[in-house]
Amino acid sequence: MKSFDYARAESPEAAVAAGGRFIAGGTNLLDLMKLQIETPEKLVDISRLDLAEIEERADGGLTIGALVPNSDLAADSRVIKRYPVLSRALLAGASGQLRNKATTGGNLLQRTRCYYFYDTAMPCNKREPGSGCSAIGGFNRILAVLGTSDQCIATHPSDMAVAMRALDAVIVTLRPDGDRRRIAIGDFYRLPGDAPQIETMLEAGELITHVELPPPPKGIQLYRKVRDRASYAFALVSVAGIVLVEDGRIASAALAFGGLAPMPWRNPAVEAALIGQTPSTATFEAATDALLADAKGFGSNDFKIPLTRRVLIACLRDLTGGAA
Amino acid sequence: MHFTINGAPREAEPDIRTSLLDLLREHLGLTGTKKGCDHGQCGACTVLVNGRRINSCLTLAVMHQDDDILTIEGLGSAENLHPLQAAFVKHDGFQCGYCTPGQICSAVGMLDEVAKGWPSHVSGSLDSIELSDAEISERMSGNLCRCSAYPNIVDAIREVAEA
Repeated sequence: MKSFDYARAESPEAAVAAGGRFIAGGTNLLDLMKLQIETPEKLVDISRLDLAEIEERADGGLTIGALVPNSDLAADSRVIKRYPVLSRALLAGASGQLRNKATTGGNLLQRTRCYYFYDTAMPCNKREPGSGCSAIGGFNRILAVLGTSDQCIATHPSDMAVAMRALDAVIVTLRPDGDRRRIAIGDFYRLPGDAPQIETMLEAGELITHVELPPPPKGIQLYRKVRDRASYAFALVSVAGIVLVEDGRIASAALAFGGLAPMPWRNPAVEAALIGQTPSTATFEAATDALLADAKGFGSNDFKIPLTRRVLIACLRDLTGGAA
Repeated sequence: MHFTINGAPREAEPDIRTSLLDLLREHLGLTGTKKGCDHGQCGACTVLVNGRRINSCLTLAVMHQDDDILTIEGLGSAENLHPLQAAFVKHDGFQCGYCTPGQICSAVGMLDEVAKGWPSHVSGSLDSIELSDAEISERMSGNLCRCSAYPNIVDAIREVAEA
């Protein structure tokens, strides 16, 4: 590991003024620093800041402090009752030890687990812009089939962020100039394009302080994750779904996907294919066609496309009461 | 830097890059906590910080100066085994033993999580937990055992949980 300066921040304002890389749980950042994939010159320790509470919002939603550990968020009785899709997503990720340390803000910002991003002997445009993408034409079994570019096909690894995408969470930040921003999670992540090293719209020194959840949505919520082993593995494909059926028709639907794209994926065309329709295999296939219309495999990840088709149809059956 | 390890104050001057794991092993002589992968994938380095189980390899010592750190050395001794240590011996919950301190520290933290009512990925209901063998396996999935003593580890943990 390269050496670094270390400072413990006493307040969010002091943290953004300190001008360094924020560290909280550290479970992803320190892993990457050991491999010299991340080489920050200064770490600003934000782990003691007063940002570890989950608070009620007047509208029935919740405000989650950026330092709330993943395990506490998953086990919070309000989250279990109102946002079970979020509890389920968190519990599907990592291990008990990691969830105890990993934070809400850090989870949103974790880096891809693409093999080539981790292998400093190989070219990777995300790690070293302009060096090339080893995954295209390489071992890409775990990588993306949607939202890719000819520069990068990495996936975003989070489960939590997929549930938050379905829930229309809002990310609250503090900038070094003292301004606060509220960023819809749908606007937060960037596709790789020709700059895969830039993954979010956060500016230099901008700190995530909270995540806001809107009032709980009506309908059935589920999170389904398909992976290579039963526990403690990243998603090949995951689905966060929230569907309300009224009078025999789908009244509302929110569907977000993990393991398929460089960001928690959501496509309004999928939901448009469902809303107003009677639950049926034909309806579910139309939604799946909308999701996968632009899907592109890269060889060893081709299987993700038919896998996603089967998983989504199965999820939609469960979300609509198994009628179809 | 000042630390509280197994209830006792300790001092050390490690390099700023030192992980909590390396502080324990290399600076304080507490070699019960093991280094397996050093990347948070195997769980051999599991310790309890303020009562919660974490991977000591994936955190910096400097970040834990105000915390209560409990390692396998603080859980029990050869003369006075912790109930989980005794159960691992009774049920043959190990072969080579390298993962065992991490397994036991993890199990201590895990049983506390169950007592608090925390659900897991395999819980049918998120708000009422029954500690089945499937629950124990899921909750212990962050601790690998290359000798594959898993069935006996589950037996040992179940016995303590039911005691």
